[in-house]
Amino acid sequence: MIPSLPRPLWLRAGTGIYLVLFLVFLFLPLLTVAVFAFNDANYPAPPWHGFTLDWFLGNGAKGRTGLFGDEELLASIWTSFGVACWVTVLSVVVGTTNAFLMERAKFAGKQALSVMMLAPLVIPGVILGISILAFASRVADVLNDSLGLEVEFLRPGLPLVVAGQFSYIVAIATLTISARLKRFDRTLEEAAYNLGASRAAVLWTITIPYLRPALIGSAAIAFLMSFENFNTTLMLVGADSPLTIMMYGRMREGATPVLNAVSLFLMVASALLALTLMRKGDKARS
Amino acid sequence: MDDTAGPAWQRRLMVGLLLAPALLWLFALIVLPHVDLALLSFRERTAPREFVTSLAQYRTFFTEPLYWHIFVRTAVISAISTALTFLVAFPIAWTIAKLARGRAATLLFVVCLIPFWVSETVRTLGWMILLRESGVLPGILVHLGLADAPPELLYHDATILVGLVYTSLLFMVVPLVSSLESLDNSLIEAAYDLGASGPAILRRIVIPHALPGITAGCIVVFMLTLGNYLTPNLLGGTSSQWFTEQIYTQFITRFNWEQGAAFGFLLLGLSTTMVWFGLKLSGQRFSDVMRRT
Amino acid sequence: MSAPATPDLEVRAAVKRFAEHTAVDALSFSVARGSFFSILGPSGCGKTTLLRMIAGFIQPDDGDILIGGNSMKGVGPNRRPVNMVFQQLALFPMMSVGENVAFGLARRGVARAERTRKADAMLERVGLAGAARKKVDELSGGQRQRVAIARSLVLEPTLLLLDEPLGALDLKLREHMKIELKQLQAAFGTTFVYITHDQSEALVLSDHVGVMNRGRFEQLGTPQQLYYEPATPFVAGFVGANNRIAGTALAVNGGRVTVRTADGWTLEARASSPVAGGAAVEAFVRPEVAMLARTAAELPAGQATHSGEVESLLFDGANSAVLLRESSTKFEFRIALPQTGQYADLKVGERIHFGFDPERATCFPAGDRHG
Repeated sequence: MIPSLPRPLWLRAGTGIYLVLFLVFLFLPLLTVAVFAFNDANYPAPPWHGFTLDWFLGNGAKGRTGLFGDEELLASIWTSFGVACWVTVLSVVVGTTNAFLMERAKFAGKQALSVMMLAPLVIPGVILGISILAFASRVADVLNDSLGLEVEFLRPGLPLVVAGQFSYIVAIATLTISARLKRFDRTLEEAAYNLGASRAAVLWTITIPYLRPALIGSAAIAFLMSFENFNTTLMLVGADSPLTIMMYGRMREGATPVLNAVSLFLMVASALLALTLMRKGDKARS
Repeated sequence: MDDTAGPAWQRRLMVGLLLAPALLWLFALIVLPHVDLALLSFRERTAPREFVTSLAQYRTFFTEPLYWHIFVRTAVISAISTALTFLVAFPIAWTIAKLARGRAATLLFVVCLIPFWVSETVRTLGWMILLRESGVLPGILVHLGLADAPPELLYHDATILVGLVYTSLLFMVVPLVSSLESLDNSLIEAAYDLGASGPAILRRIVIPHALPGITAGCIVVFMLTLGNYLTPNLLGGTSSQWFTEQIYTQFITRFNWEQGAAFGFLLLGLSTTMVWFGLKLSGQRFSDVMRRT
Repeated sequence: MSAPATPDLEVRAAVKRFAEHTAVDALSFSVARGSFFSILGPSGCGKTTLLRMIAGFIQPDDGDILIGGNSMKGVGPNRRPVNMVFQQLALFPMMSVGENVAFGLARRGVARAERTRKADAMLERVGLAGAARKKVDELSGGQRQRVAIARSLVLEPTLLLLDEPLGALDLKLREHMKIELKQLQAAFGTTFVYITHDQSEALVLSDHVGVMNRGRFEQLGTPQQLYYEPATPFVAGFVGANNRIAGTALAVNGGRVTVRTADGWTLEARASSPVAGGAAVEAFVRPEVAMLARTAAELPAGQATHSGEVESLLFDGANSAVLLRESSTKFEFRIALPQTGQYADLKVGERIHFGFDPERATCFPAGDRHG
């Protein structure tokens, strides 16, 4: 129970053991991935053959292509990055307008709309993917049949991937930004009006700076969720594969440790992103 | 942006401008695609580019035992996985919310979040390297003399469960921690003071208080597990028999969109039913639950 | 109060240290059966630690606590014959009022019918008959208070601990609940141990009060003793209103000290503890002890008379007072206005005479002060 109540020894010991096991469970897979990125063998499996940087730097010699020589992998990272940027910008912008809509505006059907905005979060990603795929194809077919137009971006490919990821990530951004806007003290805006500020000035100098932590936070979440997304992307992907799809394909075939190298690269990148955000958060609080 | 200032037409314009992106999003990407998917699932191809409205796709589902079997299996494993996730997450959430103090609690919480900053693909890769026949754990088992030959630890239902629980943990820990943190310690002390034992406190005080968080966690975990593709597919291999794989097969491999759409709707129906049940059981509103997660 | 052989609570040299400070410092006292005992002190004085130690939520580092004559060493909070009313009451929001009251009985394995009967009877005794099926949040602040007490008393504890339960209530309700608490305690005859930082609560409610400061009792006595015979400057300053006058002991004559302030105002007071001539001292004069007079002749003969100008009038009904400055030194002095309305026409700036019985003023060596 809680510290002020007597806890028998077995319970404390049990808690301690559980904690250790839990942390092992949590980090073992990640640690394994990281370690085998440096194994001097052609498959990510024991035993340990010695340390190598081939899976980062290899250029095809010895039959080993490292991460920085693997054009296909690098292209997929770049694709994921581009998709994530689009999804982030769209999600934060629409999330912000949604937040203002739900917190500030009055209109008929607001209650229904607020429930609808949450719906994408309980629709499995695969279904979001196929529904958008089917609908986009139908629209493209109709345009093609009636006007003779071939609308490329409605066919499986990166624009649809962006649309699919955006369709539910924006719901998360809306929740995050709305929550912060709800806590905003309206008298600050009133004070600014009272001091002669225009609407635009109030928005730009008072409200948006107040929202900044939520905007940054939701941007980070949006970027990460887009970068990691698999289910929705799988259904909508065309010729250019984002990283997760590329890795999935290779994992099924039994890949070389270059995948471990990519993974380690992702871990370090995520950790850096997390650290930067946390440092920012600390600074904002102090 | 202000709902009280300015003339009426200006306010209406503002509301209109704010509504436009929201409606575009919800209708173009959510409502219309699902309506279209529903229409798709209710038609049958009779000849190339010739379709009639029919229940054939759903009939196939109900008459073909394989589909049925996979559907039920997916639901059952998802339910088991949700329950296991709760059991694994609860002690850690309790430790974070009630036992650890100050920085230790924050640190432990952050440590729990870290693995989920890395994509599911990477985490699954880790499990594959650990569990496959030539992998780390079978090697250790042989080394310790617990097995004669390296056992294949992949491609079992238990492996799928391990992967699913691992992937879902975060979505259970976060709502649990926030609901346990809001439980006033003096309620626990009062119950103890009035003679309640540990289990009684858990049953009468903690669980009722944390029920909204538990529901939120279970709903999200169940839904994510049901809709998962990567983990069952890679850890379960060909024996995984996960329903989302059927949807993928129909849609992408066989290009039988009508059948895939029907499968999609069945999965959506199951997911929605379980969400609805969860809310009914705990007497909560959908919007409140989603805001907790 | 006749004290029975074994007190319900006995604390023996209990000590609790936290990293920085000693919260409870070798404290000893006992509480007689059936009495209402208060621990009064400013926030941070260690009273909450002491109470939680008695309840069993904190283990003393040293010393012992006996309840009903039995040592509580190694006895968990759930096995002590003690129940607690928490500061925020800690009523279980997930249960009805009746379930809250019956909670402890259910844990003891009392059959459902029996515990419903007992809970209903208890609710009736605290004036909440028929409230059993209500939800906790449907009750008013005062009713919640009574449910919290009923929930504990239904278990018939040897000791009921109350952790500033009135703190969260608004002023009017607090006044009302004070009276109700006292009546409840009298009706049940259970020993109450009550902690508070509000001296008025302690004085009104208690049979005995321990004034706590820095982990120790400054004084333990009846409310009357605390008020009329404070043992330390801390008690004199903390319990009731007081004029505090710092100076040196010009002369010591038996129990009578002549105090002179730095500015040269002299007055007389009774030495509450031995005072040496020439030593730094603190004198305390209660506002209601001093008397006002328009002419010096109106004051009782044989007492020193002083004069001052009215600085401000503090009208507060029965608690009205006048703040004046002593004529020669401008020392600020507060005097209660008589209830008779005799000085209702007093004006700011008016010159007036005052005096007091030195026997009713107290004087301590300075530095005797802990707080």
